Amino acid sequence: MTGWAFIAPALILLGLFMIYPIVWSLWMSFQVGKGMNLSFGGFANILRLTKDAVFIRALGNTFTFFIFQVPIMIVLALLFAVALNDATLKFRGFFRTAIFLPCATSLIAYSTVFKSMFAIDGVVNQTLMELHLITAPISWLGDPFWAKVLIIMAITWRWTGYNMIFYLAAMQNIDRSIYEAARIDGVPAWARFRYLTIPMLKPVILFTTVISTIGTLQLFDEVYNFSAGSGGPSDSTLTLSLYIYNLTFKFMPSFGYSATVSWVIVVLVGILSFLQFLVARDRRTS
Amino acid sequence: MTFAMLRRGIVYVLLSLAAFVSVFPFYWMVVGATNTSAEIIKGKTSLGSALITNATAFFTQVDALRIFWNSGVIAVVATALTLLVSSLAGYGFEMFRSRLREKLFGFLLLLLSIPFAAMMVPLFVMFSQAKLVNTFTAVILPTIASIFIIFYFRQATKAFPRELRDAAKIDGLKEWQIFLYVYLPVMRSTYAAATIIVFMANWNNYLWPLVVLQTAENKTITLILSGLTAAYTPDYGLILFGTVLATLPTLIIFFLLQRRFVEGMLGAVK
Repeated sequence: MTGWAFIAPALILLGLFMIYPIVWSLWMSFQVGKGMNLSFGGFANILRLTKDAVFIRALGNTFTFFIFQVPIMIVLALLFAVALNDATLKFRGFFRTAIFLPCATSLIAYSTVFKSMFAIDGVVNQTLMELHLITAPISWLGDPFWAKVLIIMAITWRWTGYNMIFYLAAMQNIDRSIYEAARIDGVPAWARFRYLTIPMLKPVILFTTVISTIGTLQLFDEVYNFSAGSGGPSDSTLTLSLYIYNLTFKFMPSFGYSATVSWVIVVLVGILSFLQFLVARDRRTS
Repeated sequence: MTFAMLRRGIVYVLLSLAAFVSVFPFYWMVVGATNTSAEIIKGKTSLGSALITNATAFFTQVDALRIFWNSGVIAVVATALTLLVSSLAGYGFEMFRSRLREKLFGFLLLLLSIPFAAMMVPLFVMFSQAKLVNTFTAVILPTIASIFIIFYFRQATKAFPRELRDAAKIDGLKEWQIFLYVYLPVMRSTYAAATIIVFMANWNNYLWPLVVLQTAENKTITLILSGLTAAYTPDYGLILFGTVLATLPTLIIFFLLQRRFVEGMLGAVK
């Protein structure tokens, strides 16, 4: 009984504010109609998805962000963690704090700061031109391609240090004598990384990859703030979450259809997490 | 030897570059607060003389005291309740194992993958039926039981020495007393780390407050900043001044608890 008493408050709250809404939203996703006048529509909403060009656009954008952003960030975080795990490195504390610092900002605060830095005559374009990396200023906020790049860079800036801390924490638990033995046996650094560090960090890498996948598929705050809520330029940064928000609160509310779109995210997260588990298991057996 | 030194050199250069990229936006934010909007979008990187102008503009356009009070109340109340409810649950799941509760825990972890967007619409309807739209209660209630924090506390509890609990039991302490007088003090690093994570999440929370808080006097600083940025020609001087103010509380907490945070992530028990 005591066990239940400890978890009861959490269970009641989760039941009310999570499980009940989830079940309701699943039911809602089969409803059609405007506002609160809903009626059962069967698979009408799913059919509507396949014909909805804006939805397909949002799905594609969300997927693009996921495909590029998550691997770049995970690799960077791993490399920083490996570099900072070296006890002979000077200024470790400084580097760690600096790279972790972006986590202390709110998504809105940092996207506002980025927006001002990436203005057409702004500090980033000026620096790039002074370094002769570009000849004309890049329209970071106005060009569909560069707007996506900006979002990917911004998210990577915000979350790399966060993931790095997970890897650093896990690395400190690895027995140092294994590395020493490998070093004495003449195993080169890259092989120690590939055959010792990576396999031992696999559970953490999997955990952070799944968490980042969920985060990226739910991307909202940054794109909302960069594009002043529009997902522009010309829908190039419209994500699924932003589309759901628009369907629910901006256009004529269609709760049923927006619930259907939100279940697309659930299904995507499910499939991608499952694939990530499979990849992690395959590597273990081979 | 020279090869090793070269490699070491490259590591330092890359880390310095990463540190620069990480810290520059903070510098930019502070410098921006002293420049005019026109100077900011022209990329001026030195201190300017518009700080007073920006501050005056910010405090006339935004009821700052009220807005920061809103953000503070929401973040502090939500953090305290989240730590209490979620650490109780994490402790309960780890200390009192049963087959049913293990199944339940697995189920909760599955729910972790369901995005907030999927609950947002029913939650909004629920709170509007309960006439709680535009209240702090509506902002706070759905955030209290966090599966992520429950999971975090359960993992950390694995490192809690069971002998301590057995000894306390022999001394005649009740279960809730053991939690309060033995577990809480021993796990303070874990609580410190969780405090950072939860406080930041609540202070910075955006989508749900955006949906549920509707009148200007109830909004949080995050919502106000976003509203100012969405203007057709945003006044970046004023906005960056506000951003500095909005970032200060989380930065202070971050630096105060940073060591504890890393300890907590390492599952250290003192």
